[in-house]
Amino acid sequence: MIPTHYYLFLGAALFTIGVVGVLTRRNVIVILMSIELILNAVNINLVAFSRYFQAVDGQVFAIFVITDAAAEAAVGLGLIIALFRNKETVNADEIDLLKW
Amino acid sequence: MQFLDFIWLVPLLPALGALIQLLGGRKLSNRAVSLVSVGLPGLSFVWAVGCFLQLLLLKGTPFTKILYTWLPAGAFRLTDGSLAQLSIDVGFQLDALSAVMMLVVTGVGFLIHFYSIGYMGHEGGYYRFFGYLNLFMFSMLILVLADNYLMMFVGWEGVGLCSYLLIGFYFHRQAAADAGKKAFVVNRVGDAGFLLGVMLIAVTFGSLNFLEVTEAARSGRFGVGDAAITAICILLFIGAIGKSAQIPLYTWLPDAMEGPTPVSALIHAATMVTAGVYMVARSNALYVLAPTALALVAGIGAVTAIWAASIGLVQNDIKRVLAYSTISQLGYMFLACGVGFFAAGIFHLMTHAFFKALLFLGSGSVIHALSGEQDMRKMGALWSKIPTTAKTMLVGTLAISGAPLFSGFFSKDEILWQAFASPYGNKLLWAVAVVTAGLTAFYMFRLFFMTFGGKSRVPHEVEHHIHESPRVMTVPLIILAAGAVAAGFVGWPQMLGGPNWFEHFLAPVFENPAMRPSAHHAWSLEFGVMLFSVLVAAVGFYVAYRFYVARPETPERLAAAARPAYRLVLNKYYVDELYDALFVNRAKNVGNAAAAFDLAIIDGGVNGAGWLTRFSAEVSRLWDLWVIDGLVNVMAFGVKVLSYPVRILQTGLVQMYALLIVLGVLIFMAYYLIHF
Repeated sequence: MIPTHYYLFLGAALFTIGVVGVLTRRNVIVILMSIELILNAVNINLVAFSRYFQAVDGQVFAIFVITDAAAEAAVGLGLIIALFRNKETVNADEIDLLKW
Repeated sequence: MQFLDFIWLVPLLPALGALIQLLGGRKLSNRAVSLVSVGLPGLSFVWAVGCFLQLLLLKGTPFTKILYTWLPAGAFRLTDGSLAQLSIDVGFQLDALSAVMMLVVTGVGFLIHFYSIGYMGHEGGYYRFFGYLNLFMFSMLILVLADNYLMMFVGWEGVGLCSYLLIGFYFHRQAAADAGKKAFVVNRVGDAGFLLGVMLIAVTFGSLNFLEVTEAARSGRFGVGDAAITAICILLFIGAIGKSAQIPLYTWLPDAMEGPTPVSALIHAATMVTAGVYMVARSNALYVLAPTALALVAGIGAVTAIWAASIGLVQNDIKRVLAYSTISQLGYMFLACGVGFFAAGIFHLMTHAFFKALLFLGSGSVIHALSGEQDMRKMGALWSKIPTTAKTMLVGTLAISGAPLFSGFFSKDEILWQAFASPYGNKLLWAVAVVTAGLTAFYMFRLFFMTFGGKSRVPHEVEHHIHESPRVMTVPLIILAAGAVAAGFVGWPQMLGGPNWFEHFLAPVFENPAMRPSAHHAWSLEFGVMLFSVLVAAVGFYVAYRFYVARPETPERLAAAARPAYRLVLNKYYVDELYDALFVNRAKNVGNAAAAFDLAIIDGGVNGAGWLTRFSAEVSRLWDLWVIDGLVNVMAFGVKVLSYPVRILQTGLVQMYALLIVLGVLIFMAYYLIHF
């Protein structure tokens, strides 16, 4: 058997990569992709603990998260398209209208 | 006694005219103004004649009419606690003396008003002229008809005022305005003396009423040469010096010629300037008690006569010559009074009124014909061009020169004889007077020949417009000329067989027990003196003829030969310049100093108060700007500074917000990990 903590480390690593991507990447589509990565890292964590506790709840919740992620991606892309129509850019640094 | 009871109409009718003109005359047409302001004095003259005729019926008793009591007795307390007994009324006294004056003023005055319709017809301010002229008539009549010294003084001041107003009638001309001021101020100097004299009379006699004072003086209470009486007489005479233009207060009269010619005729020839003579005559009871004062009067009169005549010899302005002539003739009148023969002075006053008014109005006619020219050097050969004026002027010239049978002859001769023979006169006075008579004849015929005779020196443009004056101007000239001839006959001397009505008419007024009795002189002596004076006048006439008709180059040659003397006399002996240096400039400096003080300190104070107000307003503004607004601004700045850290967090960058969220989570995790 693969020890549980291997899955947790993988999840943590993916999560960290995703967070760093959200915080540092300029392209908003890449930021969305990074958010997906974060969500998938959480899914791995959930499934890992579901196998550990021999309960199916974790997996059920993971399916919720996947559905949610899909919906969120759709909405996010819609937002980006609307944003692009107005500002002609997908660079996160250039979207700073709400500054002081 | 209908006329006499309403004697107050005589002064009040012209006063009514003055009131109408000065209140509403602006709205009236020239015709209406003429009707009112010439008609009313005319009515006044008619009434005066009526009063005169009724006075004759009273056979020498003076008529008095008191209108009301001005200052009642007991009106104030004296320093010793008793009540003052002095009482002054507003009343009129008509006796022989004031009757003569009244007739002269109203008669000649009316003729001059009539003449002015033509002379002033084209001038602006027509109603104003007649208003002032009527006011003058009113004041002068108050002066001559008053029954006490104070009311006479009211009239005295009134004529001074009207003189100022009328001399400065063309007030936009600096020379005229200055002349009016000069007349008034010089007059005022005399008035100070007059007023002191009046006050002294009040103190000495306890009354200012003419009849009361005369009676007290003649009662024997005062001895001849009494100090108080002498002081009174000298002070009163100072007033006369100012009003009647004697030395040293005569300088205003020649300048007064800046006024319109009818003004010169009425005020400065026939009436106002004679007020001094009238006043001295009225106070004859006092003067007879003060021989020193009489000597002063005679002396000043004689000196003035010859002084003014000498200046008149070389003047080139026709009106100036007549002005100096007036001063000289007034000197004659005072000479007559000063030698004790007041009737002779009044006689000359009357004849002088006729011929001097005639001469002035005639000169006005000449000036009118020459479109305003007054310089005799630019006249000449006008006899044929303006015949009526010329003939009447000839009558006037003959009268003033003392040509036999003209009025001036009788009156001047009377004076010369009295100067010679009177107990108060002396031969020196007579000599001065005779020389003056010769000078008078000379300069008057000089005037006549330069204006009407010889060759024409009139400039070409003026020559075309020469025309005789309209009838409204020539008729008064003719009437005055008739008067200048006939007026003398009322004083036909006894020596030549006449009754001398004039002297007898005035006798009750001048009866003074204190007067020195006149010595009896042979009539041949009187005749000789008369003949001598006629001879002197003839010499004057002949010299004038030679100088200005026969050999016209003589005056210039003489002037060139005696250049400094000529210049001295031409410049009136520089008396005006002397007065300027002694008095006028000093007074002006005081005035200027006062004005500077007013400007610097009084106005400075006001300006300073204003500056202070503006300064405190400025301080207020700065306080508001720096302190009040400053506080508000500081507060805002403080908020800005304090909010800075919070503000800079709002970058609008989503990734930065996300970073902060992550950091926050990490901090919470760290906290929990450490504590559990």
